[in-house]
Amino acid sequence: MRNAYWSLAGALLLILTACGHGNQDALNVAGIQAQRIERLWWLLFWVSLVIFVVVMAFLGGSFSRAHGAELLAERPAPEEEASERGLRSGVLIAVALTVLILFVLLVAGISAGKALGSLQSNNPITVEVIGHQWWWEIHYPDPVPGNIVITANEIHVPVGTPIVLNSTSQDVIHSFWAPNIQGKRDLIPGHNTAIWFQVDREGVYRGQCAEFCGHQHAHMAFLVIAELPAKFQQWLQHQRNSAAPPMESAAKRGQEVFLSSTCVMCHTIRGTSAGSKNGPDLTHIASRGTIAAGTIPNTPGYLAGWIADSQHIKPGNHMPPNTLPSDDLQALLAYLEGLQ
Amino acid sequence: MRLAQMLSLISVLSLITAGCQRERRDFVQAPDMSNAAQATSVSELHPANLPAPKPVSSTYSESAYDVNEGKRLFDWYNCSGCHFHGGGGIGPPLMDAEWLYGDAPQNIYASIVEGRPNGMPSFAGKIPEYQVWQLVAYVRSMSGQLPKDVSPGRGDSMMAKQPESSIPTEHPSKEHPADLKPEHPR
Repeated sequence: MRNAYWSLAGALLLILTACGHGNQDALNVAGIQAQRIERLWWLLFWVSLVIFVVVMAFLGGSFSRAHGAELLAERPAPEEEASERGLRSGVLIAVALTVLILFVLLVAGISAGKALGSLQSNNPITVEVIGHQWWWEIHYPDPVPGNIVITANEIHVPVGTPIVLNSTSQDVIHSFWAPNIQGKRDLIPGHNTAIWFQVDREGVYRGQCAEFCGHQHAHMAFLVIAELPAKFQQWLQHQRNSAAPPMESAAKRGQEVFLSSTCVMCHTIRGTSAGSKNGPDLTHIASRGTIAAGTIPNTPGYLAGWIADSQHIKPGNHMPPNTLPSDDLQALLAYLEGLQ
Repeated sequence: MRLAQMLSLISVLSLITAGCQRERRDFVQAPDMSNAAQATSVSELHPANLPAPKPVSSTYSESAYDVNEGKRLFDWYNCSGCHFHGGGGIGPPLMDAEWLYGDAPQNIYASIVEGRPNGMPSFAGKIPEYQVWQLVAYVRSMSGQLPKDVSPGRGDSMMAKQPESSIPTEHPSKEHPADLKPEHPR
């Protein structure tokens, strides 16, 4: 029995030490706001731990006293008045401590909340996020219409720059949550909301929908890719371009397949006649690391499986299966893989 | 005695839930239904045998899930761009008793897949067959042709519009005899 307790404690310790390394981890902070959240988290953790230990100590003490009292049942009871007075002062101290601790936590919570909302800048980078069942539409607005960038499921940001994220939803309530960077923000249909954040450390951070939004809520992830400002500008410049026309014969055939089949009913490839906005923009699909909102890696094999029958990979998603002849499917893959 | 009562209650309840077919969802379509819809025959004349009959659309018009999918696709595929939300505008209205090309599901299917003169595009090769049938079922719900428990009871958009389930059933043949049928504005 004692061995079991020790192994349980060991397992808990292992879980705790595993914290602080992941790319979807509130304790592995990558920005100043996540840092405030992390501090609050540790404060709550230590306060709760101390209270837990104290309560357990009292509980253990009372058990052993009760056990002792059983043995000494014959002993005459102490004077009632004294015991009453002692109990009353004990309760008073406990209530005062509780109120004090709650007040400290309240102040800590309010100051952390204030810090989360107070990042300001005259020159932030604006990113728009629109939640869909079950993927993220990402816009980089620009006063010049030709410079607007539309992509999906991957948010590139420069490190050390304040970002303002304008968000809304297309269908149901979603919630944007990248734990390494900021707290959660609900995306509500018909309502625009803004959240500020800043990433100070280069890296790829994973985020996820944090509000149940239907069948594939669990497969609605996104990546925040924080890179050096020069690299970010280069990426943004590249994303502004329309898709390059295909050069090889297979890719040319693939473009024909794309434009003459069901694909065009939902997807956009800038530079072609495909311009529907129901599904993710595919203009630079090959430059993205995952497909289906972080569900599967973006490799030709997975992409082929996704196109042929996405319902087996992500049941209930809005993409219909496509029974293309294999030649056409290969050509389509060649075309899509070329959309860098 | 009490146990027997409980058991019979449970069995009745489970029988009721077993009847919830109208909410059934089939995410994985039969392979032939995911083919892009091809043209249907409009002629009575065929060389040799009649072509194989089109799949019956009744399963779609009996499923609340499919009719709601049709409602979503009606916006996604921009049907509302011309027909608006049934009231008509650039295209003819779909919520009245008048059917220019027939009110049978097969007629509506043909209108979507083949297109019609004066502006209705052909969606052949662009919409999977099962989605065409979902659209057909929804289009019929717009004039109250489907049972109330199958028609959508509310919209997802913020537009205030009467839900299809409370639209009175239009009767094409009785209210608009063929000879009194008004000319379509075009």
